[in-house]
Formats: sequence, C-alpha cells, structure tokens
Amino acid sequence: MEKVLMKGNEALAEGAVIAGCRGFFGYPITPSSEIAEYMARKLPTIGGVFVQAESELAAINMVYGGASTGTRVMTASSGPGLSLKQEGISYIAEAELPCLIVNVSRGGPGLGGIQPAQSDYFQATRGGGHGDYHTMVLAPSGAQEMMDFAIKGFELADRYRIPVMIMAEGTLGNIMEPVIPREPVSDFFEKPWAITGCKDRAPNIINTLHLSAEFLEERNRHLFKKYARIIESEQRAETFLTDDADIIVVAFGIMARIAKKSVMEARKKGVKAGLFRPISLWPFPDKKMQEVARTAKRFLSVEISMGQMIQDIRLAVEGKAPVELYGRIGITPNPEEITRQLLLIAEREGY
Amino acid sequence: MKVVFKKPESLTDAQFHYCPGCTHGIIHRIVAECLDELDIREKAIGICPVGCSVLAYDYFNCDMLEAAHGRAPAIATAIKRLLPDSCLFTYQGDGDLASIGMGEIVHASARGEKITVIFINNAIYGMTGGQMAPTTLLGQVTTTSPYGRKKENEGYPVKMAELLSNNQGSAYIYRAAVNNPANVIKCKKAVKKALQIQARGLGFTMVEVLSTCPTNWGMSPIDALKWVEDEMIPYYPLGEFKNAEA
Repeated sequence: MEKVLMKGNEALAEGAVIAGCRGFFGYPITPSSEIAEYMARKLPTIGGVFVQAESELAAINMVYGGASTGTRVMTASSGPGLSLKQEGISYIAEAELPCLIVNVSRGGPGLGGIQPAQSDYFQATRGGGHGDYHTMVLAPSGAQEMMDFAIKGFELADRYRIPVMIMAEGTLGNIMEPVIPREPVSDFFEKPWAITGCKDRAPNIINTLHLSAEFLEERNRHLFKKYARIIESEQRAETFLTDDADIIVVAFGIMARIAKKSVMEARKKGVKAGLFRPISLWPFPDKKMQEVARTAKRFLSVEISMGQMIQDIRLAVEGKAPVELYGRIGITPNPEEITRQLLLIAEREGY
Repeated sequence: MKVVFKKPESLTDAQFHYCPGCTHGIIHRIVAECLDELDIREKAIGICPVGCSVLAYDYFNCDMLEAAHGRAPAIATAIKRLLPDSCLFTYQGDGDLASIGMGEIVHASARGEKITVIFINNAIYGMTGGQMAPTTLLGQVTTTSPYGRKKENEGYPVKMAELLSNNQGSAYIYRAAVNNPANVIKCKKAVKKALQIQARGLGFTMVEVLSTCPTNWGMSPIDALKWVEDEMIPYYPLGEFKNAEA
C-alpha cells in the first residue's frame, strides 16, 4: 500500500479500525483527543459504536461492557484520565476481558502540563489500580508503530484475555509522519465466554467478586500463571550497537528515537555507546537486558520523568553494572544534552 | 395435572441470601416473571450492582455481568449499543444508583439509552451495615446519621424518579412499592411496560421500587412494610412520572 501522511493519534485510531475495533468509548483530553475525534468520524460509517462518555469512569466501564460482548473495543486518554480509569482497569483485568487502552501521556502530578512525559510508567507497568494484576504495555516510537502496535495490541489482548495498554508520549500523538496502512485483520479469536444473550447455551457470567478466600487466591494464582506465560513469550526490545558498548542508553518511545542520534554522535567522538529500547514495558524485556549486561560497563536510563523505568533496569541488571539516570520532566531531553551526558560519563569513568 | 404456579424459568435454583422480610426476593421474581412472559430470557443481559443484590448473577438465569459500584448504566450502554437486539436491565440499589453512580444514571437517561433500570430504594445501605443513603429520609437514624438525618447536615433525600423524568431521553419512569399485594401487581405491570418500551426503542426506562430493610431499619418484617406505607410513600409518591407511549 502507498504511504499516507498521518498524525500519530490518527495512525493509532486507523490501526485500531484495521484490527477490527468496533467500539470506542472516551472522554476528551489533550493530547489524546484526535483519537476520539477520528473514531467519532469513522466508526459510524463501518457499523461501529462511538460514545463520548460523561467521564473517564464511565468510559472505562463502557469498555468493560463492550469488551464483555466479545467486540474489539478501546478507549484513549492521558495521565489524569488514566488515573480515573484505574478502577475499571482493575475490574477488566480480573474479568480477563480483552481491550485496548491508550495513554497519550503528559506530565504530572496533578493537572501537570500538556507536554510529553513518561511519568505514568509506574502506573502503567505496576497495575495501576487496586489488587494484584498487570496490563500488557507497548511503547511505540513513531506514527507507523502507533498503527502497528494498535493492531498487535488487539491481537495480544484477545490471545491472553488481558487489557493491553499503548504508552505513547504526547509527541507521538501529534507527530506527522508517512505511514503504510496495513491490510484489515480478518483472523479473529473465538470468544465463547462473551455475554450476548444465552440462546442455545447456558448463561455466561462476567464477575470479579470472589467472597471465598480460597477461590480468590485461586483466581490470583490463575492470573499470575498467565502473566508468567506472557513474561516468558512476549518480551520485546530493540538493540542498537550494544555488542561492544561500554555505556548503554536505555530509553523507550520517542526518547529512544532521540537517544539513537546521541549514541551515533558519541560513537563519532570515540565513546562506545549503545542503545537498548524496551518495546514492551510490561513485561519488561529483562532477558535481553541481562544478555547485554554481560558485556556493558554501565547503563544510562534516559527518561522524561524523575526516573521510573530505572527501577526495572536495576531489577533486570541485578547489580552486574551501575545504572544512572538522566531524567527531565515536562521538557524532553534533546540529542545534544544526552550526547554531552554520555561524554561526561565516559570521561569520568575513563572509558 | 395443570401447573398453575411455578418458579420462573428466568430464575436459577440458587437460594436467595436475602434477610427475612427483605423485599429483594419479590422484586427479583417480578423481573424474572416479566422476562418469562415477554419470552426474552435468551436475549436478556442483566447488570448487577455493588450492594445487597451484588450476587444477583447467581439468581437470574440469563447472561449476567457484575459491575463496579454505580457503573452499571455505563456498562449497559456499551452492551446495548453493540448488541441492539438484546434486552438490557440493570438492578441497582440507592447507594449504587443515587450516590456513587449518580453521574452514570443521569447521563444514561439523558442519552436515552434503551435499557431498563430496576432501582431498589430502601433508604439505607444494606450490605455495608446500615449507613445513610442519599434516599435516607429526614430524621431517619442510620449508623452514619446517628442523630437522625438533618437537612442542615446531610441535605435532602434524592427523588430519582422525579429527577430522571425531566430528562428528554427518559421514555418511561415509574415509582412502585412492593409492600402489599396490590402494589406488587402494579410494580410488575410497570416492569413489564418498561421492558416493552425498551424493546420498542423509545428510550431510557426505569422502575424505582420502594423496598424494605428490616435488618438495618431495626424492625420486624411487618413493621418494615408498614414503615414503607407510613413514611416512605408520603415522601416518595408512587405512580407514573413519564411514559413516552402516553
């Protein structure tokens, strides 16, 4: 197919449509609103449902209801909205309903700002709401991946019956880039658990209440067996010049793209730098990270936050190498300042 | 032998957990009889709340979903929009619908969602042990209004049927009680009418049902029925507030 110039948010929305998403439930918030606007235009023309909910709480509960019918459904928001959605996400995770949740992220805490940020990393990767659970989290780094990860996200959601989150900085929502549209997905999953009316079968029940302590524990063990399978099979990462690197920059999303330039610049100046880009934030790609940690002397986590992913890097590296932070909030580090940081470390450590 | 009375097919064989004298059981049966008589059990999807009827998914013999507190109308909205031929009912108490779920119910009504809401108003939080509800009457003693509800402190009890009947999206709003056989019959007629209006696609439908809570009211079942008559009905008048067919 021919390339089309698209805004990241629109590429993601179109990706969802390509994946067969036929229900969008959302509440406007900058910098995610173009996703809702795109779906409001598109879904009614293809037999889908678009509802602008009265609140983020209602929106995520509409996703809970929509997903329970077996339809591919989604919502999109940004930090403050994601905080409100956490109640519903916890229910959806326990009810094992597949859906796509998008965070086009901005800086907090509180109302924060509308500039791109990665400070919702903990919220996304630790569960976010009450109880023991995870959502799968994918972090695209360009408009094409906004589309591709929406498609992949729906597939993973159905495969594992799990809410999948796309974490995309506001930059990616607003970026304009050429995108190759994909073929519409035609291969869908059977969903015998869906509630559609009980004609010719026993009633289906979707429920997250387990008053028996033993059964509640069993449910949690069931979820964590599934999470173990996901951790085993669904870690995603990209590496660049890590084989002989002394210092490895770890960055995701738009930050990984920016840091790639810094790595090349540092190489030109004789510093053996490499880049490790987690693509799945949960599960964190610790297997790949442990591989590169065998040879790397030091890691530099570059984040648009005060340092959140750095904790996962430290857990993965298991003390085999020091891990430093270069983090800013509200302001996205530019390639020059990351290069400077790499040169500074190299000089300090004598690499 | 001719069967003249039986358990509705729309109820399972599970035994209700409700307290003696609580009228949830009567209301469950009314809903189930209506599903049977309209022959819509197989396309019915019920959404249960958080509250005493949280376990209703064990009792209704149709597809069921257990909602987060107050969110049933939002969940029902999405299901009905995606499955327009289904019959959606939510079953919600006063804390669920009129307090934490006030936003969801008002907007589902304003949007004219084609769903049927069964709203159980017993003027108290039952499951959590007798705390004040948004529908608790002035002067009524609860564990969180131990000196009696005062308008200066807790404000006025919310009249949901009146409130929602103002929304253009509401097609049928009725307040019933189940404190005597005549009212039970009227309540059943209202529930059936609401389901029929939903099927015709005319808009949002709700039957508010004044219900008893002898346990948390601290009354005998008989006194509780009398309290509905003497105290609740004067403040919450029964009857039809909206009917798009009329």
